[in-house]
Amino acid sequence: MVYWLFLAPLVAGLVALLTPWRPAVAWLGATSAAVVLVLGVGFAVRIERSGPVGSGVLRVDALAAFLVIVIGSVSLLATVRSVSYLTDEVRTGRSTLRHAALYSTLVQGFIAAMVLAVVANNLGVLWVAIEATTVVTTFLVGHHRTPAALEASWKYIIICSVGIAVAFLGTAVLYLAGVHAHVANPLDFTTLAAHAALLNAPVVRLAFTLLVLGYGTKAGLVPLFSWLPDAHGQAPAPVSALMSGVLLSVALSAILRLRVIAVGALGPTFPRVLLLAIGITTLVVAAAMLLAQRDLKRLLAYSTMEHMGIMTVAAGVGGPLALAGVLLHILGHGLVKGVLFLDAGEVLRLEGTTRIARLGGLLARRPALGAILALGLAGLLGLPPFSIFVSELTMLRAEAGAGLWWVAAIVLGVLAIILAAILAHARTMLLGASETSTSSPASFVAPLGVALGAAVWFGLVAWPLAHLLSLAAGVVA
Amino acid sequence: MTTFANALGSAAVLVTVGAVVVLWRHRLRSIVAALAVQGVALAATAALLGVHEHDRGLLVVAGLVLLVKAAVIPGLLARVVAATPGARESDPLVNVPASLVVAGLLTLGAFVAARPIVALVGGPTGKLVPLGLATVLIGFFTMVARRRAMSQVVGLLLVDNGIALVAFLVTSGVPVIVELGSTLDVLFGVVVLRVLLARLSALGFSDLDQLRSLHD
Repeated sequence: MVYWLFLAPLVAGLVALLTPWRPAVAWLGATSAAVVLVLGVGFAVRIERSGPVGSGVLRVDALAAFLVIVIGSVSLLATVRSVSYLTDEVRTGRSTLRHAALYSTLVQGFIAAMVLAVVANNLGVLWVAIEATTVVTTFLVGHHRTPAALEASWKYIIICSVGIAVAFLGTAVLYLAGVHAHVANPLDFTTLAAHAALLNAPVVRLAFTLLVLGYGTKAGLVPLFSWLPDAHGQAPAPVSALMSGVLLSVALSAILRLRVIAVGALGPTFPRVLLLAIGITTLVVAAAMLLAQRDLKRLLAYSTMEHMGIMTVAAGVGGPLALAGVLLHILGHGLVKGVLFLDAGEVLRLEGTTRIARLGGLLARRPALGAILALGLAGLLGLPPFSIFVSELTMLRAEAGAGLWWVAAIVLGVLAIILAAILAHARTMLLGASETSTSSPASFVAPLGVALGAAVWFGLVAWPLAHLLSLAAGVVA
Repeated sequence: MTTFANALGSAAVLVTVGAVVVLWRHRLRSIVAALAVQGVALAATAALLGVHEHDRGLLVVAGLVLLVKAAVIPGLLARVVAATPGARESDPLVNVPASLVVAGLLTLGAFVAARPIVALVGGPTGKLVPLGLATVLIGFFTMVARRRAMSQVVGLLLVDNGIALVAFLVTSGVPVIVELGSTLDVLFGVVVLRVLLARLSALGFSDLDQLRSLHD
């Protein structure tokens, strides 16, 4: 049953690998993302009625179904955009047909690996899936084959491999704790969570720290985050959208699941202190880098770090309210950030640069691109009616409700600084006069508009996600 | 029992010594050779544990480790090195004597950090866990202290081998299927890195210092 999730990416990936590339191959890739989305919705409906699906190594619970929906949505957005992106690359000779085929294949592998990571109920399978996302995306980051793109992909695979190695060490140490507590299946998430109280506390403390540092590398958390702005800045726009919009959240969701085990074994204090420390540091570093940023794509990358920091802080606080906020934030951020990276990619293609200082007058020169950028940044900053407003408010309320006023105050303070910084950058890019004004085709604007519309929808009405969200938050609260 | 303990201890020590040799030698060929020896020692560790605990799965893993970490990966790296004859780590950021002192300190640190694990595992295998951790730390240090792109790959493999050693010692290996998956992932990772190395050298880069176009 769960295996159906992998069928569409497998077929689309194989077709891209084995047949000569043509736009239909890219359309098949988009269809595959749509199938993943529909299956995610199907699983969600079934789980709401009759509980988690599958057992053993692969298991779809409410959290997994929710994340499959997020993966499906952002992948659909990115793969639809990939069709015209690749067609244009091939037409202008920037990519050969072989490179386009490789791109299409790897994107499908990327989607499949992310789905595997969220439905894995086994620490080992989770590890293999997250490592697979690194191997698959390295070539996607380096797709342009310029020295800068190669440098970015080198940094990406080296740093993420270190992170993932640390996560493997953490996995082995947690397994050791499980074996010594005579847990029946010591790599199984559900079993470990159920028997967490039996585990040896000092060993779990070591394991959880290693796992948070390891998977945190893929989630863009301190200390190993320096790959992130380079990879996001150099990757093709649809790939940046996928990485920033979902890959980082998938890695974060692994930390959410592991936190449940850590809390069960150690009590709430140690996981909270660790996640608060890492989350707040990430947030502060991101704010500092946002202030002086000169490039739009790197700005978006550091903003992703900021949002990962916000979510890590809320996860550290814990509880159903905070986690519901985190999950809604994953969805809202995925949609808005996906839109922004695709928009930035189009800006790069048409203007030849993403230097903030050189984009002045964008709103007058290219009204559609400018308007999408303005709306997207508004959504990113958590202005109403976008769903990030609701999720940030929820997380802040949860922090205050847990008696951690100072945490809420720090987060709010940093958010205010970031608001000022991004508004200043937005003014530089958007405002100003222009002699020409070029419109953008509806085929570009429409999908982005739909995604922004969805981000607003979930800010105004929780339907139809409310029940699934509360179930999913319950899994990791 | 003592023969087993001695053999296991020798194999584990050899893994750490391999890491120190990487820091000590300049020539990339010797470094790759040290990595191959380390792969053999790692496979021997797994095989010894497999025989001792009558675990067939672990013997399969030992065979796989021997194939991938002692033959395929060093082979892949050796071909890169052969493409640039006499290639050496000419100008490390931290010189060799200082590096060896750091390696000594890191090993001491590993013995301190591994105490909770040693206490939990106990016995002859538990005592060796710090050696795996020391290999991991020396691998990290290699990655930050060496300039050549190739040396970073080697550092990463040291980290990986050290972690594999810890995993074997503490749990007699995580389940075979996970071990298979992780070994294959490492292999794919090395293949990807090799392709990147080829693309970098095609553009005329070999020192990471030359890669400085991305920054804020």
